Amino acid sequence: MDEKPGFERSVRGDGPGRADASWARQGAYARLREGVRAYGMIAAMWIRSTMAYRASFVMTTIGNFAGTALDFVAILLMFSQVDRLGGYSLPEVAFLYGVAGTAFGIADLALGSMDRLGRRVRDGTLDTLLVRPVPVLAQVAADRFALRRLGRITQGLLVLGYAIAVLDISWTPLRLLMIPLMLLSGGVIFSAVFVGGAAFQFVAQDASEVQNSFTYGGSTLLQYPPTVFAKDLLRGVTFVFPLAFVNWLPALYVLGRPYPLDLPTWVAFTPPLVAAGCCALAGVAWRAGLRSYRSTGS
Amino acid sequence: MGTGRLYAAVAVGGFRRFATYRTATAAGVFTNTVFGLILAYVFIALWDTRPHLGGYDQAQALTYVWLGQALLMVVAVMGGGFEDELIERIRTGDIAIDLYRPADLQLWWLAQDAGRALFHLLGRGVIPLAFGAVFFDLALPASPLTWIAFLLAVVLGVVVSFALRFLVALSAFWLLDGAGTAQLAWITGIFCSGMLLPLNVFPGALGEVVRALPWSSLIQAPVDVLLGTADPVGTYAFQAAWAVGLLAAGRLVQSVATRRVVVQGG
Amino acid sequence: MAVGVHSEFSGVEGDFIELDGVEKVFDVRKKTGFLRSERRQVRAVDSLSFTVPRGEMVGYIGPNGAGKSTTIKMLTGILTPSGGRLRVAGIDPSRERTRLAQRIGVVFGQRTTLWWDLPLIDSYRLMHRMYRIPDGRYRENLDRCVELLQLADLLDVPVRQLSLGQRMRGDIAAALLHDPDVLYLDEPTIGLDVISKARVREFLRDLNAERGTTVLLTTHDLTDIEQLCRRVMVIDHGRLMYDGPLTGLHEVGESERTLVVDLERELPPIEVESARVVKVEGPRQWLAFPAASSAAPLVARIAAEYPLVDLSVREPDIETVIAKMYAQGGAEKAVS
Repeated sequence: MDEKPGFERSVRGDGPGRADASWARQGAYARLREGVRAYGMIAAMWIRSTMAYRASFVMTTIGNFAGTALDFVAILLMFSQVDRLGGYSLPEVAFLYGVAGTAFGIADLALGSMDRLGRRVRDGTLDTLLVRPVPVLAQVAADRFALRRLGRITQGLLVLGYAIAVLDISWTPLRLLMIPLMLLSGGVIFSAVFVGGAAFQFVAQDASEVQNSFTYGGSTLLQYPPTVFAKDLLRGVTFVFPLAFVNWLPALYVLGRPYPLDLPTWVAFTPPLVAAGCCALAGVAWRAGLRSYRSTGS
Repeated sequence: MGTGRLYAAVAVGGFRRFATYRTATAAGVFTNTVFGLILAYVFIALWDTRPHLGGYDQAQALTYVWLGQALLMVVAVMGGGFEDELIERIRTGDIAIDLYRPADLQLWWLAQDAGRALFHLLGRGVIPLAFGAVFFDLALPASPLTWIAFLLAVVLGVVVSFALRFLVALSAFWLLDGAGTAQLAWITGIFCSGMLLPLNVFPGALGEVVRALPWSSLIQAPVDVLLGTADPVGTYAFQAAWAVGLLAAGRLVQSVATRRVVVQGG
Repeated sequence: MAVGVHSEFSGVEGDFIELDGVEKVFDVRKKTGFLRSERRQVRAVDSLSFTVPRGEMVGYIGPNGAGKSTTIKMLTGILTPSGGRLRVAGIDPSRERTRLAQRIGVVFGQRTTLWWDLPLIDSYRLMHRMYRIPDGRYRENLDRCVELLQLADLLDVPVRQLSLGQRMRGDIAAALLHDPDVLYLDEPTIGLDVISKARVREFLRDLNAERGTTVLLTTHDLTDIEQLCRRVMVIDHGRLMYDGPLTGLHEVGESERTLVVDLERELPPIEVESARVVKVEGPRQWLAFPAASSAAPLVARIAAEYPLVDLSVREPDIETVIAKMYAQGGAEKAVS
């Protein structure tokens, strides 16, 4: 029988005898399901909390939209003075921008408050999460879940829509498939960065800004054509910190442009694999971080 | 009179307060450097295409990037200074206590913000600029006089920035939730300060407008003084005019708000 | 597992919480200069051994930094011990933290786990689903908590509008909805007014008596212990200094309570044989008397001989008791 904790126990709680380890050693799939369930519950609570201040919610959603649009405004301003940037036209840059912005928006919506982990460690409120019967990662991920972050996704999708409408792409099924594939894999890659950054905060609690360099900084980087940047920087974000797989590699395939580094074409199709790899690494980092917290407690 | 000493002590307190977060400062420097790096490459591409865009050559444009990163926190373009605390005090009603203090509310917070700005200049400003100077070809002046002129423009920029944020914070008296205004303020700040792009690159009438707004005192004005692309005296006059006007507006709003608090009984 | 099987057959009997030589060592980095720092090991908990049987209510006290919260964190699975053996309900907390979570309730004194902007009932509904509490059991427990903690009028009030005392009661209810076998309370009465304190204490007493919930309570308020716990453990520098009844602690520590007497007018120091005057300030006098003895006869004597206006009794604080324990050298003897 699948032991559901808390079920059918007598008031006196003669639990120890039924202590079979199967629940603790539940499989990865069951843990994931538990995590998603807890995430949903906590996110729903946060949505209800924000609805207590409806006017503020509307204002911050608009603000989120406008604030994230600033980067694109900068690009528009640049194109008011030049026709091409790094050899790319405005719609092409908009395409890169739309993909990067939407992918980052997905991660931001799902895990955007993970940079608060350091604060939770410092003020001790992380402990209140550790005594709950659901995975800590799910609780931290759902912390301060905010629908206003849909503003960023909306803005990213609008720019992407504009780019696709204007660009003269010779669509093939493969190129079409690439669009959702990029957005999802990109979202997952950025999510992994969020989790990895949070794991780092177990060690350095004030370092949330470092995480911002990789998340916000990363998405800013990807908004521009790769031809703008130095080769070494490209190598870094391709082979070491694989942000290039969020949009550059797959998007350049759709645009029919060569990637500045000499890579075979099939690499454009690897974002899902890279995303899976990033998740595995982030998971390892998270576990190590949590373990370190539980042995040092600070 | 001990008032001078009081505000000096408040300023020292503001400095210390931010100086305690060493990891956060290091992390912030890292972030500024990363963003500086990205923008630097974009600007190189931009100036490669249009070599004298906005009246800058490429070295000047790159100097603009790294000075922008160095000044971002100093003039608090995105907020994050005293105003969060002031908004919180207004929201919780603790502001009533402040109003009974013998010290002047506006001067008190100005002193604290000055301390913070000095810390951010040293802690967050120097390293990104040094990084930029080492890895890129910048147009930094050799004359110490130019640097002093630049620092004076930075001081005025900090005062204008303070006066703007003071008004933003006081809006909490009427709106109770300052989050919306604060957000609006930083969006305007980023757009109009020259943080996105030098204001002289902005096209046509839009450029004229943003260059006349107070936010141009924050980044554009000090950078132009350092690059020698603007007349220091004229720049100071522009910044000072905005500083005086906005500080006066702040006092006016403060007195209206205070009357409101007194009427409501805190 | 032996312990589990044993307790299943013997029902209420058996040790519920077991610690055997538990240690916790932290690496502490101390700043010695602007950038330099030096690493040093600190034993927050040092070979700690004790057992708590099911259904007992124990006070766990000690000065700040003594290792109290480190112990609680190890018992709840938040922290992993550096050494020794630790079991709660037969479970190794650090290894099976989420499973243990179903069996324990934790109330962190000043950190509420309730949802700030939502009505109190919403937090309970979350607990209901998060702990997968069967509907019937949830309703039964909720009704009981609402009645005994007098929460009926507060259920629809956003938590941010609750007073400290109301919030504490709300937090205690939240920790009990899933029928935990053991309840950890960290400073449950801190900052509460007298009435709220009394209400919380009464509830805990009932909970322990009726449900047999094991309660481990850390506090700075000796009155909490006096009114709730037959057994008290004192920890300091990570070691168990005392384990026994509270009266025994007073004897060991030779601690004294203070009787504050307000007389009609200024008088020379009061002379009674069972107490001594420690301070005089105008018509007010402070008298120290042994904490283990009753104040009643002393008050009667003074009232008979002096013009009394008002009086109050002050409990010794834990720091003083422990300091005296050291001074008397009784600490070693106390732990048997």
